[in-house]
Amino acid sequence: MTDTAMGRVAEATPPGVARRIRGLSDRAIAWIFVAPTIFLLLAVNIFPLIWTIRLSFTNFRANRPNAEVESVGLRNYQRILTDADVWATMQATAHFLFWTLFFQVLLGFALAWLINRKFRHSDLWTTIIVLPMMLSPAVVGNFWTFLYQPQIGLFNYAVEFLTGVPATSFSMIGEVSLAPWAIVIVDTWMWTPFVMLICLAGLRSIPESIYEAAECDRASPWRQFWTITVPMVLPFLMLAVLFRGIENFKMFDLVVQLTGGGPGNTTTLTSIDLKREAFEKWRTGYSSAYAIVLFVTVFGLASIYVKALNKVKER
Amino acid sequence: MKTMPLLASSALVAALGAAEARAADLTLCWAAWDPANALIELSKDFEAQSGHKMSFEFVPWPNFADRMLNELNSGGQLCDLMIGDSQWIGLGAEAGHYVKLNDFFDANGIDMADFIPATVTGYAEWPKGTPNYWALPAFGDVVGWTYRKDWFEKPELQKEFSEKYGRDLAPPKTLEELKDIAEFFQEREIDGKTVYGAAIYTERGSEGITMGVTNALYNYGFQYGSPENPYELDGYVNSPGAVEGLEFYKALYDCCTPPGSSDWYMSEDIDAYKSGQVALQMNFAFIWPGVEADPNVGGGKSGYFANPAGPAGHFAQLGGQGISVVSYSDQQEAALEYIRWFAQPEVQKKWWSLGGYSALKAVVEDPGFATSQPYAQTFLDSMAIVKDFWAEPSYASLLLSMQDRVHKYVVAGQGTAQEALDGLVEDWTEVFEDDGKI
Repeated sequence: MTDTAMGRVAEATPPGVARRIRGLSDRAIAWIFVAPTIFLLLAVNIFPLIWTIRLSFTNFRANRPNAEVESVGLRNYQRILTDADVWATMQATAHFLFWTLFFQVLLGFALAWLINRKFRHSDLWTTIIVLPMMLSPAVVGNFWTFLYQPQIGLFNYAVEFLTGVPATSFSMIGEVSLAPWAIVIVDTWMWTPFVMLICLAGLRSIPESIYEAAECDRASPWRQFWTITVPMVLPFLMLAVLFRGIENFKMFDLVVQLTGGGPGNTTTLTSIDLKREAFEKWRTGYSSAYAIVLFVTVFGLASIYVKALNKVKER
Repeated sequence: MKTMPLLASSALVAALGAAEARAADLTLCWAAWDPANALIELSKDFEAQSGHKMSFEFVPWPNFADRMLNELNSGGQLCDLMIGDSQWIGLGAEAGHYVKLNDFFDANGIDMADFIPATVTGYAEWPKGTPNYWALPAFGDVVGWTYRKDWFEKPELQKEFSEKYGRDLAPPKTLEELKDIAEFFQEREIDGKTVYGAAIYTERGSEGITMGVTNALYNYGFQYGSPENPYELDGYVNSPGAVEGLEFYKALYDCCTPPGSSDWYMSEDIDAYKSGQVALQMNFAFIWPGVEADPNVGGGKSGYFANPAGPAGHFAQLGGQGISVVSYSDQQEAALEYIRWFAQPEVQKKWWSLGGYSALKAVVEDPGFATSQPYAQTFLDSMAIVKDFWAEPSYASLLLSMQDRVHKYVVAGQGTAQEALDGLVEDWTEVFEDDGKI
């Protein structure tokens, strides 16, 4: 025993300590190991959550520490749920979420499928395609504001070149009808490669023998695609949707850089609105209630989605 | 004999120690803009005279309030001196962020009567109209207009303009005239380039569109509240005149601004003007020294005029800031020493010569002041007609509500002007109710 590393450690341990540790049950030792993590989780996640719930029933303002804090009951929740502006931000978020996921899944899967075909320089193309997601969202937001500039922006000139619509006649980030699409385009440009990579991993995990067996059974490429490729990539795709969905629900930096939430509140997503309420208007109680409403929404949706994901995996 | 060197060296050590204790490292917080660079230059004199070392923390305007109010609200010790925006004074005083300066002013012979009255009310007093001072007026500023004098002087344009409008192409006296001029220049070819009418404030994220639209609202009859009760808003904020003023600003935005100017504030307006895109530019007076020095638009090519009058009055939006001592600083003595030094007339004169807009009467009422710079008279004219936004402790909530309501109507074209201002009354009422003011 003394020849093994464990044995040497045991021998080197002072007898008192060794005796004390030997006196502990496995359960106690397990608790000792997980206690720091549990403590951290409680301190960093659970305590703030409970504190936020408590604040959500008050009129507390963090910028007035000396002001009297009064309980307001459910007033903050009532205000949030009946505020037309809050519903408008929810709608803007839903629009952003749906269309970014739609385009990213569609394009990401298509790109992965093409890259998986193994053509000449496919590795180089993969590297080029994934470049956007390596950039900082703030940088992306900033240079797309230039691309969208009606007078000098390349995007507007490209539209003019392709459609004949004069470049200076429209402003992607300045018009109510276009701004929601402007942020969808940029997020899709940036994050489609991420979905592509996950789909590529899914595609490459499908054993070649399945396709060979299908070919022996004379299955057409179209049938192979729908009965082998799609079902086997689906769990990966759903995982990508979960990641992107959570990320886009809390989208902030990119949109703030691009539109600042405007024009009007057309692109004010919930995270932007929440930040304004919490750290610009300093309505801490109100914004705590707002955060709880969002938390419940995301938690509920994510739970339903994860259940669906597990069912797909089990199939 | 041995005791003498010992005593002398002890005295020397004590003296050095005292000097060491007196020399402070002061941090002054302000926005990152041209006047801040001038202040660094000016403060070198203070460092030389006092032995204190000055450090500076400058934050770009769009993030200035966010960053600095977080600093104050968290009781941070980053800043010993704060040149905070005029609207922060209520919060600074009531939340205890700023040191009250009345006793210090009395002890050091600093008299607020020596400063431009509007700057004292705007930057130093809280509650407004009472002799309770929380800052020394540091930088007088006001929204005014810059125009392309060289374009205005083109004979062919003068001829065409006078034929169309029946008057000379000259700085406008009224807001309607201003709109005519902006319309005249919109999408006009000048020197082979398409130019536009006016660059105005439309920014949504911080304070931009509010600082712009108020220049129309005030002059059409908007008031923050009843003269008897400042928190009685209905009928004042959303009066027929105010609605007309808001409609005017939207009309100006729709007819006469460059494409893509839906989120413009100070720097975007400056860029548009200096690059020759626009004939007129709305902006705070602080930019004027930079315009004069610019190779493209300076050196006599630009002119300046105060915000034109409207049918209900003649006002301009106040900008500018006062300098305060942060109550969380542990170097308040040295910070007060800086304010004492800064208040001196000769320092204020140098401040103006470096590009800082002094608010000291001795400087601006000097017979040579009005002709000292091409924009000096416009600055004086503008400072005589200023009006400021709320300076309540809840100013941030009040401001953001106005930003949202006005931007939605002017830029996004959602709803009517009446709906926007009615909504603003609701928002502001809610804020004052939450504050227990009504």
